[in-house]
Amino acid sequence: MDKEQIIKELIEIITPYVPEKDLIDNIDESKELINDLHINSAHIVDIVLDVEEKYDIMIDDDAIGKMNTVGESVSMILEKIKS
Amino acid sequence: MANRSVVITGLGVVASNGVGIEAFDEALRGGVSGIRRQQDMVDAQLRCHIAGRPMISDDYKHAYLSNLMFSKVKNHAVINGLLAGLEAWNHAGLTSGAEKVDDDSGIIMGSGALGLDFSTSEKMHTVENGLSRKLGSFTIPESMSSGASAFLNSILGLGNRVLSNSSACITGSEAVLLGYEHIVSGKAERMLCGSTEGDGIYIWGGFDALRVLCADSNHDPAKGSRPMSDSLGGFVPSSGAGALVLESLESAQKRGANILAEIKGGFVNSGGQRNGGSLTAPNFQAIVNCIKNTLALSKIEPGQIDLISGHLTSTPNDVNEVKCWAEGLGLSSGNFPYINTPKSMIGHSIAAAGSIELVACVLQLVNNYIHPSINCETVHPELSDILSQEKVPSKTLYKEINTVIKANFGFGDLNCCVVLQKWKG
Repeated sequence: MDKEQIIKELIEIITPYVPEKDLIDNIDESKELINDLHINSAHIVDIVLDVEEKYDIMIDDDAIGKMNTVGESVSMILEKIKS
Repeated sequence: MANRSVVITGLGVVASNGVGIEAFDEALRGGVSGIRRQQDMVDAQLRCHIAGRPMISDDYKHAYLSNLMFSKVKNHAVINGLLAGLEAWNHAGLTSGAEKVDDDSGIIMGSGALGLDFSTSEKMHTVENGLSRKLGSFTIPESMSSGASAFLNSILGLGNRVLSNSSACITGSEAVLLGYEHIVSGKAERMLCGSTEGDGIYIWGGFDALRVLCADSNHDPAKGSRPMSDSLGGFVPSSGAGALVLESLESAQKRGANILAEIKGGFVNSGGQRNGGSLTAPNFQAIVNCIKNTLALSKIEPGQIDLISGHLTSTPNDVNEVKCWAEGLGLSSGNFPYINTPKSMIGHSIAAAGSIELVACVLQLVNNYIHPSINCETVHPELSDILSQEKVPSKTLYKEINTVIKANFGFGDLNCCVVLQKWKG
């Protein structure tokens, strides 16, 4: 699975949690989930569950702390898929 | 401030015989039953196999809820409350989604056994299986008793009082009375008031165990709920929600709102679980007092009342309730008003009953009709001195309705009574 595909799929996963549509339209790897995309911090656990289900992986609490941006989240998913 | 008038400017409803006020109004006039056989009650071997569950289409939910709420929120009490509340807010011509908090508006959306909705079953198993980390962020707001209010306000952004009362079967009428009092006191201009109840065997099983549910109509569901009839057998449980936008007259007139009715006043009390009252039975003197105090506070004479919207659950207590109405109002055969309750069609929606029934009251006031009682071919013989058969119409009766008195009575020996009047500007 390549990085571009993961980015596309991750955006699909987080879209329902992003309160304003124009934030999704201007999304890129540098965007922070909470500060830039205005995702309610409580929903990070929901996104993690959605990601775990999608890729059949387990993201532990330490890993969640490293998923601040879209890019970091994609890297985390890639790392977990490979391991 | 003491003489502020409070009017109703919006309605919303989710009921087993109609979702949305238009469908509900039509179902009430048509005498349509929403009671059906429920497989989960059969499988769980309850005595009662029938109940009323609203049939909510995905399109209807999509019209009010974000994709996120649509896909994640599973608790039926929360969903019912959201849909009824948002419909009422829109019906009142009020907007949602603004960035600015509306400090003049609040919410009182009560609930009964919200956390016992069947949707919680899956979450219980998740925890029991050691997988609590998979519960997600919605579990808490979906199980707290204030869940419906909390989700509603995530959409509406209201800054005044946001409360979720819980007082058994009076929850809905009490929510409206609390909202009325809050506006009369001058603390708010608009209050979205109502109540909601979820469904399933975790809620209904306990009532079944009390032997208070109808167990004689499992093969003829629409005949199960028979308030005031000569065959009172037990109540038919149901789920749903009702909501009303209450507003100060000044606020409603200032924004040119469509005024549907006026709330004249009301009273809430308890029988203290003494003198015949208990956790599950009413102290009749307290019911009579509640009715009398409501008349006094509303400045209404009994003779002005066109319609009683009773609690009338289709249990033997209906007989006692009608006797209390006769005593409280000082009226009996000949001058006793028309009397009904939507329960013959939708069963008893427990905490949601009061608000759904108040919505029915406003619809009857506005559209000038008295909806039928569909299963009362013969009024209970003990009531023949008070109630002639014509006062319990079996077909919709179209006539001018100006004043309605509504009451609910609940476990814990609680009583609540409210008077509504047609708005004539």
